[in-house]
Amino acid sequence: MTDSRRSFLTTSLGAAGALAASGFPFPRLTLAADDTLFIGLLCDQTGSYSADGGDLQKGYELAIEDLNAGTGVMGKVLGGKKGVLGKKITYKIADTQTKPDPAVQRATEFITQDKASMFTGGVSTAEVIAMEKTAQQNKVLFMTGASGSNDTTGKDCQRYAFRSQCDAYMVSKALAPVLAAKLGKKRRAVYLVPDYSYGHSLADSMKEFTEKEGWTTVAQVVAPFPTSDYSSYLTNIANANADTFVNIEFGNDGVSSTKQAAQFGVLKKMQLVVPNISTYFADGVGADIMGGVYGTLPWSFRLQDRYPMAKIFVDSFTKKYGSRPRWTAQIAYDQIAIWADACYRAKSVASADVIKVLEEGHPIELSLGKVYYRAGDHQQVRPVPIVLGKKPEAMQGKDDFFEILEVVPGESVMQPLNLTGCTLPPV
Amino acid sequence: MDLHLVAAQLLNGVALGAILALVALGLTIVFGLLGFVNFAHGAIFTSGAYGGWVVYTKTGSFVLGVATALATAFVLGIVIERLLIRSYYNRPPEDQILVTFGLAIVIVETIRAIFTGQTQTFETPSWGNGVVNVAGIFYPQYRLEVIAVVAVTLLAIYLLIYKTRIGLIVRAGIDDPLVVNLLGINVRRTFMFVFAMGAALAGLAGVFDSPLLAVNPDMGTDVLVQSFVVIVIGGVGSFGGAIVGGLIAGEIISLATAFIPDYSQALLYVAMALVLILRPQGLFGVVGRS
Repeated sequence: MTDSRRSFLTTSLGAAGALAASGFPFPRLTLAADDTLFIGLLCDQTGSYSADGGDLQKGYELAIEDLNAGTGVMGKVLGGKKGVLGKKITYKIADTQTKPDPAVQRATEFITQDKASMFTGGVSTAEVIAMEKTAQQNKVLFMTGASGSNDTTGKDCQRYAFRSQCDAYMVSKALAPVLAAKLGKKRRAVYLVPDYSYGHSLADSMKEFTEKEGWTTVAQVVAPFPTSDYSSYLTNIANANADTFVNIEFGNDGVSSTKQAAQFGVLKKMQLVVPNISTYFADGVGADIMGGVYGTLPWSFRLQDRYPMAKIFVDSFTKKYGSRPRWTAQIAYDQIAIWADACYRAKSVASADVIKVLEEGHPIELSLGKVYYRAGDHQQVRPVPIVLGKKPEAMQGKDDFFEILEVVPGESVMQPLNLTGCTLPPV
Repeated sequence: MDLHLVAAQLLNGVALGAILALVALGLTIVFGLLGFVNFAHGAIFTSGAYGGWVVYTKTGSFVLGVATALATAFVLGIVIERLLIRSYYNRPPEDQILVTFGLAIVIVETIRAIFTGQTQTFETPSWGNGVVNVAGIFYPQYRLEVIAVVAVTLLAIYLLIYKTRIGLIVRAGIDDPLVVNLLGINVRRTFMFVFAMGAALAGLAGVFDSPLLAVNPDMGTDVLVQSFVVIVIGGVGSFGGAIVGGLIAGEIISLATAFIPDYSQALLYVAMALVLILRPQGLFGVVGRS
């Protein structure tokens, strides 16, 4: 009730302003409706992760379109019901600039000015963790965008935030055995790490699990985030006496560092491993470099062969945008779907009620098969796809960069709850 | 400490410094002659990179790409000078900073609207592929070629400024624009040419830097900040200052990054602060130039 009353007031006041400005007589504004729900979308439109943010935004917009029309994957999940509990979804998109401060500022505007029922987005862990705090402080639900650090659902976890991307622990535990099987157990690895939560978290987890397989970590080179010229770092890496280059860099930084690594001859000397491959990484470095590279992708359109919902998602996305979806689009779409489903189950859009339902862990079938949230840390239990870069001649289509080697079930790689460091604050 | 590693890092510093010198030279010429602070210089750098990238990927000719980058930046320089910058020559520096800052946002966002924020692949030209053995150091061939190209460009600009009539006017204009104007020389057209030439240098740096970094709308940001530091270190309006300042900045960034990474971000600015305290006019600057 509170939410609809709030949105009524907002809409009325907004309409009043607009009508007054356009010279309409005041009494006409009674048509304002309380049959809409506002959600705030925070996308990295600028900055180092803007390409990833672009697909995030596309995923959200398709999800809301499908939700309001009762079509696509939404139609299947919600049985053709339109909107959420009879209300149409309205939204605004804000640019986070791939920085925590603007992200928090815009999220706060969505909460205070637009009376958002929920907000969602972010591509960098730094932004996502900051927005998680905003969600907790304002007691408004936040469905995270992309974020790969363990901290997001670990020491920085919040009751009002739910993360769908696999965390660093899941990625590393799933990837390390495959690396050992394919590349051998006696590898000497050097790491390039962006200097913030995501980078350190993924590097630490990768080291832990590859060392269990028998690998040696010979060096770790830490670069500030963002960086454009990696020459000094790569010179150190080239001289590190390693045979495997584990690149943790992401987004534009991942592309720049890898291309420069090729120029410095690093990729000739060493096998490249990219544990968490960003949305347009392969396009940026090109298929010549991508071929033979091991890593994980949170999702790929290739999964449409395994999951029926993925097929529907790929088809409707391709129809709308003319290109196949990347993994940030999948995260965006599915986060909206999970939220909408939880609202129906809770028969409420109030954040506290929705959180209660999400914590019950009902599996919901989406583009990654059945997924659900773990109550203790709000990490999604979901599979981790392990991929190998295709050689250019093996590609079918210009975005067909990866072969899926294995899809590791989520349950088998979840971090034990007592090790996450997460203590959820009360509702 | 491994001597080869130090030598390789020194080479990195030269390569980085060469690009910075090229960007800073354009900036310092415009600032020196026109007294104009151009915060859009980084955006022009980016526009050159994109112009070069479009033509290079379409035609496969790096030379055509470079020509396009030069042309893009030069024409962009003329257009913004005529439409916007001209009205700001006699306004206070804060107005100039605001208007060029806004202009930079418009240019960068236009690029983003056309090409998306995605990082574009700018292939190293075929003659730049490979690693060269320089006295036991294995170093990317293309970076060595960039150093050579920048050296030749700087020489050409030097000859233009110090050995030609237009250069004479430019230098006279730097010293005293009023007198040059009184002598009946069309200072406005000279100003426009100088502004466009500064822009072209940024565009050239952009296209040569592209295979080294990556082409994306935000690529000019770091370069702009660092080239301002170069000017402060080298001295405003000084040709030699831009080059020496560029090399000093390149070496500081490169060596600090490699050997004391925790301080790498700060050290460049510490150096700048030291110069400002000990020699406020910069290493090659002249006292009292406004």
